[in-house]
Amino acid sequence: MNVMDTRATSAMLYLDGVHVSFDGFHAINNLSLALEPGEMRAIIGPNGAGKTTMMDIITGKTKPDEGTVLFDGTVDLTRLDETRIAELGIGRKFQKPTVFESQTVQDNLLLALNVDHSVRGTLFWRGSKAESERIDKVLETIRLTDARNRLAGSLSHGQKQWLEIGMLLAQDPKVLLVDEPVAGMTDVETHLTAELLKEINRNHTIMVVEHDMTFVRELGVKVTCLHEGSVLAEGSIDQVSSNERVVEVYLGR
Amino acid sequence: MTPHILTRSLDRAATAFVLIVAAIGVLIPLSNLLLPQGSMFQVPTYLVALWGKYVCYAILALSIDLIWGYCGILSLGHGAFFALGGYAMGMYLMRQIGSRGVYGNPILPDFMVFLNWSKLPWYWYGFDKFWFAALMVLLVPGLLAFCFGWLAFRSRVTGVYLSIITQAMTYALLLAFFRNDFGFGGNNGLTDFKDILGFNVQAEGTRAALFLLSCLALIIAFLISRAIVASKLGKVLIAVRDAESRTRFLGYRVESYKLFVFTLSACMAGVAGALYVPQVGIINPSEFAPANSIEAVIWVAVGGRGTLVGAALGAVVVNYAKTFFTSGPLAPYWLFMLGALFILVTLLLPKGIVGTFNSWWEKARHSSPDADSAAREDGIGAPNAAE
Amino acid sequence: MFANCIDRFRALFLSILLLSCLTVPALAGPFEDSVAKFANDEFSDTEAAIGEVAASGNALASPIISALQDGRLSADPDSKKVFITRTDGKIVDAATGAAVDKLPDNAAAVRLNNRLRRTVEAALGGLTLLSPDPAKRLAAAQSVFKSHEENVLPTVESALAKESVKSVKQAFAEARAAIILFKSDASDSDKLDAVAVVKARGDQEALALLTALGADQPPLVANAAASAVSSIQSNLAMWSMVQNAWYGVSLGSVLLLAAIGLAITFGVMGVINMAHGEMVMLGAYTTFVVQEVIRSRYPALFDYSLLIAVPLAFLVAGLIGVLIERTIIRFLYGRPLETLLATWGLSLVLQQAVRTAFGPTNREVGNPSWMSGAFELGQITITYNRLWILCFTLAVFAILLAMLRYTALGLEMRAVTQNRRMAASMGIATSRVDALTFGLGSGIAGIAGVALSQIDNVSPNLGQSYIIDSFMVVVFGGVGNLWGTLVGAFTLGIANKFLEPVAGAVLGKIAILVLIILFIQKRPRGLFALKGRAVEA
Ligand SMILES: Nc1ncnc2c1ncn2[C@@H]1O[C@H](COP(=O)(O)OP(=O)(O)O)[C@@H](O)[C@H]1O
Ligand SMILES: [Mg+2]
Repeated sequence: MNVMDTRATSAMLYLDGVHVSFDGFHAINNLSLALEPGEMRAIIGPNGAGKTTMMDIITGKTKPDEGTVLFDGTVDLTRLDETRIAELGIGRKFQKPTVFESQTVQDNLLLALNVDHSVRGTLFWRGSKAESERIDKVLETIRLTDARNRLAGSLSHGQKQWLEIGMLLAQDPKVLLVDEPVAGMTDVETHLTAELLKEINRNHTIMVVEHDMTFVRELGVKVTCLHEGSVLAEGSIDQVSSNERVVEVYLGR
Repeated sequence: MTPHILTRSLDRAATAFVLIVAAIGVLIPLSNLLLPQGSMFQVPTYLVALWGKYVCYAILALSIDLIWGYCGILSLGHGAFFALGGYAMGMYLMRQIGSRGVYGNPILPDFMVFLNWSKLPWYWYGFDKFWFAALMVLLVPGLLAFCFGWLAFRSRVTGVYLSIITQAMTYALLLAFFRNDFGFGGNNGLTDFKDILGFNVQAEGTRAALFLLSCLALIIAFLISRAIVASKLGKVLIAVRDAESRTRFLGYRVESYKLFVFTLSACMAGVAGALYVPQVGIINPSEFAPANSIEAVIWVAVGGRGTLVGAALGAVVVNYAKTFFTSGPLAPYWLFMLGALFILVTLLLPKGIVGTFNSWWEKARHSSPDADSAAREDGIGAPNAAE
Repeated sequence: MFANCIDRFRALFLSILLLSCLTVPALAGPFEDSVAKFANDEFSDTEAAIGEVAASGNALASPIISALQDGRLSADPDSKKVFITRTDGKIVDAATGAAVDKLPDNAAAVRLNNRLRRTVEAALGGLTLLSPDPAKRLAAAQSVFKSHEENVLPTVESALAKESVKSVKQAFAEARAAIILFKSDASDSDKLDAVAVVKARGDQEALALLTALGADQPPLVANAAASAVSSIQSNLAMWSMVQNAWYGVSLGSVLLLAAIGLAITFGVMGVINMAHGEMVMLGAYTTFVVQEVIRSRYPALFDYSLLIAVPLAFLVAGLIGVLIERTIIRFLYGRPLETLLATWGLSLVLQQAVRTAFGPTNREVGNPSWMSGAFELGQITITYNRLWILCFTLAVFAILLAMLRYTALGLEMRAVTQNRRMAASMGIATSRVDALTFGLGSGIAGIAGVALSQIDNVSPNLGQSYIIDSFMVVVFGGVGNLWGTLVGAFTLGIANKFLEPVAGAVLGKIAILVLIILFIQKRPRGLFALKGRAVEA
């Protein structure tokens, strides 16, 4: 890596030599990965490979024991907390859809909008036309316009997944981390989600974790396979899925 | 698109609440003062004081509802803030006694003379002035809540852990205030008050005025709370209550939000305590007892948490029942009833009176299936609430 | 040197005289005559009478002289008869011991002056110093150590020579040293020896004795005394540390006992049981009931009352625990704050129920004989009940640990603690585990109640006084780890007892609470917290 530059790397997200262990269990082992600006990357890997943990590290939920995690080539993410990292422009959709169930769909999006998030700002907040237009647009994109006044808790599983993606859109971060977006969706919904992500990718950097191979294939982007906390293979979906070690990991030995 | 913060906060129910409290606040004192004694509609003075007490409890309940109902912070030590506000007012009232005390010392309150203290401790300075005492009523509970909350929320102490340490906080204060050398009258607390702002605290007119003021304070506290919960801040608070870490990942500084409402709520509790003391005529360390704080929480649960109106209503209903039962032949059974109330409300009426009524009303109105999943109450920070 | 010799000789002679009097009462001559001298109302005669009576060895000697001391000895100047008014009001003839109906009209109390009073005291001391009961001798020797009256020296020395019980002999030696220290004509070397003996005793009283030694001592002795004082002081400081540590350990064991059940229910089920203290209280009342039954039916079994109460208390509290879990707590899983409120309500109900059944006042629970009393260890006193409670707590802890480790229920409990969902999907009946866990936690609280009934008041409020402390222990130690609870309990107990002398009991407690509140900021999940996703919010 070229250290002469003030930017250590041109990558949007840059992980190098990251280690994490929980009570002696090594969940992430010497993980290195770089995500270029504007890229969409699919992450695959068996359960327990450490995909979610990697997102935890990037978003500040889990602190790595060692290793470098840089955002935009300059910001050391290991020193920042979740709030600060979100403010920098890293948004996340969780594996288990997490929306604010007792609030309406519209309010969920309102909360996600990247406007003033200070106590004072929210206390004296008065909606603007621009804001409501953005919410309308997002609602349209995620096909929840009709459900805008329903409580988020009453949505179906797939709708919650979409609402969460919608919240990401409203948040409008530089990087989107999307954890298993199509789990529990029908084929049609899966297809629509792939289309949506491709659409979003036009002006955002995205990292998607997914098991669903048809979905990953449909995305048609570079794939990284994780196993036991480190990168096992990287390349196009065809390269990766023909990799012997990947096959071994997925089919058991 | 969205109306101004004040108009937004006054929906129909809120307006009705404000009007009812205002009417009570005016009518009870008027009936007490103007109607002839013994007339059917005359409210006797002792009842004015009693209801004044309930109104103060309603403010306390409101302050608890604001943090518990909307932000998921279950404080089992809010009685401490109430009592601190009460002590601040009590100190003012003590200094108003002047040389009319038993020992006739113009500066030192009786208990200090009794303990052979030769001069006023520094922390009693300034309490001879009402404005100073009034400031302290807000400042002391607020400052304690701020320091406590700053420590606790920053290190993400949540759920039952937070509840337990708030309980420890009020318990520590209880022990401290019991001590004579702490300088707040020890066991006996502060009592034998004479005047407030030059008016005799026992006089009917003063009591009526205090009642009116308490109702006014309740209205103001209610309006502030309503303004908060109806603002976007209120939505953030609910988000924190339901999914704290999700809120963080959206870029909200959760600890600042918690600290803000916790401190505000403590100030409200302090005001409630300050109005309570001149009406009951005494403040002593037992106000710090952990049991008191927990009892206040059950008022909120009975009325319906997360409804504000319910909290106030619950405080009045439970305390009215308490007065009714503990003064009758059923007195030995009151604790059974109170205990059963805790159990039954949490088991059978988790939304409380107002919450249950609301969801029933909603259902009756649109009979749409998803309206009743409205209130999702979950404690935050359950060790076993798996990810 | 020579004077010293004579002194010793005289002492020897005197004591032989005394002893011979004691052992051969017949030789005492007419005891009645000696007694009659009290009736002369002359100080000199009274003094002689005291000496003769004391030396008589008669069983009445001691009652006579103590009656004289208290002004209960009266004499009839006409009949020369002397009477004792006993402390119970009965009157006996001092010379014969025969009961008398009433005092003669002209009988008057035998008068004393200050000089005679000292003689009386010395005589009494001498009398008990030679008492056949070793406990009395010991007490007498100790009082001589304190009073160091010069005129009992001969008696002390003779008693010392004859003493066969080791501890009493030691006490005599110390008493003798004390007298010699204050004896103006004792030689330097004797005094130095005496300082050494007193220094070896090394307790608060030795310190008091040495510091009371005036400045008018020979320089050699004064120096030795000063160095003895400082050595005793540092020794005592050490012992007071040990004492504090013991108190702390003892408090820690009580805290551990009270908190252990809470730790289990909180650790496994995430349930804060505010009625935990009431389970403790129920255990204490079970002990009370057991003792009542034993007292009225089988008094001989009293010493076994606790052994009977322990399993019963476990059953009573445990069954109530299971009942509570099945009827209330089960419906509140995943809602810890509501659980807290409901169990608080339950605690009110239980307290009031006990108050209704047993009354609001403290009930008397007795210590069995093996739990009462104390023994000395160096300079500290250890009471048996505290010691037994410590042993008992450690035993309960060990059994519980073994249970968690080796039994099927223990395995299931650990599985549920670590990952409830996973455990459920692996076929563990989590609801049964919950009920049993809650029963176990409550049962242990009941056992704790048996132990606490031995050191605390058994009243409906018993539980309340432990609940906050128990929470502090659990929160401090960390959830889901019994060792954390152990360390937490002993740390808090010891810290409390070391802070107490410095800050006072109440301030010490406040300081502990504040420290815990601060500690939680640093480690929000306690000293030995489980990590991992299972415990995350
Ligand atoms: N906070 C945590 N505590 C303990 N173990 C964890 C924690 N987070 C993750 N793990 C473990 O790390 C491994 C990787 O988990 P995860 O990142 O969720 O895998 P994936 O998302 O690839 O299925 C798993 O074995 C999981 O049990
Ligand atoms: Mg995952």
